[in-house]
Amino acid sequence: MKKEEVEKKPGGSLKKEMRVRPIGQGTVIDHIRGGQALNVLKILGIYGTTEAVVSVAMNVPSKVLVFKDIVKVEGRELEQKEVDRISLIAPDATINIIRDFEVIEKYRVDLPERIDGVVKCNNPNCISNTHEPVISKFMVNKKPVELRCVYCDHVISEGIAEHLI
Amino acid sequence: MSRHIISMKDFSRDEIDFILNRAREFEPIARGNKSSLLSGKILATLFYEPSTRTRLSFETAMKRLGGDVIDLGPVESSSVAKGETLADTIRVIGNYADAIVLRHPREGAARMAAEYSNIPIINAGDGAGHHPTQTLLDLYTIMRESSLSDMRIALVGDLKYGRTVHSLAYALSLYHADMTLISPKQLQMPDVIKKDLKKQGARISETTNIEDVIGDIDVLYVTRIQKERFPDPAEYQKVAGIYRVTEELLGKARDNLIIMHPMPRVDEIDPSVDTTKYARYFQQSFYGVPVRMTLLAMAMEVI
Repeated sequence: MKKEEVEKKPGGSLKKEMRVRPIGQGTVIDHIRGGQALNVLKILGIYGTTEAVVSVAMNVPSKVLVFKDIVKVEGRELEQKEVDRISLIAPDATINIIRDFEVIEKYRVDLPERIDGVVKCNNPNCISNTHEPVISKFMVNKKPVELRCVYCDHVISEGIAEHLI
Repeated sequence: MSRHIISMKDFSRDEIDFILNRAREFEPIARGNKSSLLSGKILATLFYEPSTRTRLSFETAMKRLGGDVIDLGPVESSSVAKGETLADTIRVIGNYADAIVLRHPREGAARMAAEYSNIPIINAGDGAGHHPTQTLLDLYTIMRESSLSDMRIALVGDLKYGRTVHSLAYALSLYHADMTLISPKQLQMPDVIKKDLKKQGARISETTNIEDVIGDIDVLYVTRIQKERFPDPAEYQKVAGIYRVTEELLGKARDNLIIMHPMPRVDEIDPSVDTTKYARYFQQSFYGVPVRMTLLAMAMEVI
């Protein structure tokens, strides 16, 4: 967990203010590429009507990424499928599982070799975009991140977030 | 060896060589010698798109090997018209036949069909995707009429939408062919395919004129610019009839040049070229039969 940061308020006085409050139970997704936090929320199915306590920090200065986003979701530990999805749009992200205010598990996301039912093929004529009972399947190239449709061979290399199901 | 035949990428160079060598043994049967190799076997041909030579050459191959053929009939009067999914059709036909030849307008249809099928699926073209049996007969034609080693080949025409050339170019890369891609700028081979070919170690150059290379090549592979693949008819009109192989053009050709075409042709090859020593496109259509015989026999596990 990052320590809370000290900010100087206008007017000169120093005031301790937490950018994002610590969470007792849940998941912190750190090192999300700047600008991708809202897509991460989309992947997690978090919309305006969600009851969970969610904190989002965007464009936080970062040594590694220059700017990073952070998402904290209280009361929820991410499932592997959710982590797979996040890895597509935030390949540098780290997942911190929190229990009783302690990080009990911390790991970097890792792109799986194949990803099923997560991304829609961008080829409108692909069999996976029909009423056939198939889910989309892609082979994953890690560097650069490219998805190749198992059915039609089309490659998605840019704007992966736009194709998330 | 029973298996689905979906894409050239599923074949190793050794497997391709095996198929081409076995096809040579089937040639006398393709010419009419009796065989009962596939007697008692049934092939189902499911063509969701029109086809003449692919369907007929599969039927010929099956019948000359003593087997029977059943077909879907016109799609509009079949269960497909009632809204049946391909996944269901495949599972139903799997109870009747020993193998399925499938042509479908959607890319990836054959791959999906293979996931549902309990009998071998042979892909006879899936939209703008793969058409491996065409590629194998193309390779066989080159082997029989020219040579697959140290070959210089030019692929001409629609290299963007043409499914045959993508599969063929991939297979040629396994033979380290020297390839020249000839097309108008708007019909160039997609970058993603060129990247794949280069990864395989293919030597590729590009031009827009046949004249640039006609004197340096062993094989001229001409394709039709297919109107039905163009999303915009105006784009088609811009490039229709742009290439035409004539006797005059062939004045600069090497003696051993062969001209191939997957057929049907429209106006890409002048009819006067048919009687020159270079024309091989009719032999090429014939070679589809022994190659498909080999594939059927492999799919039905008799070789």
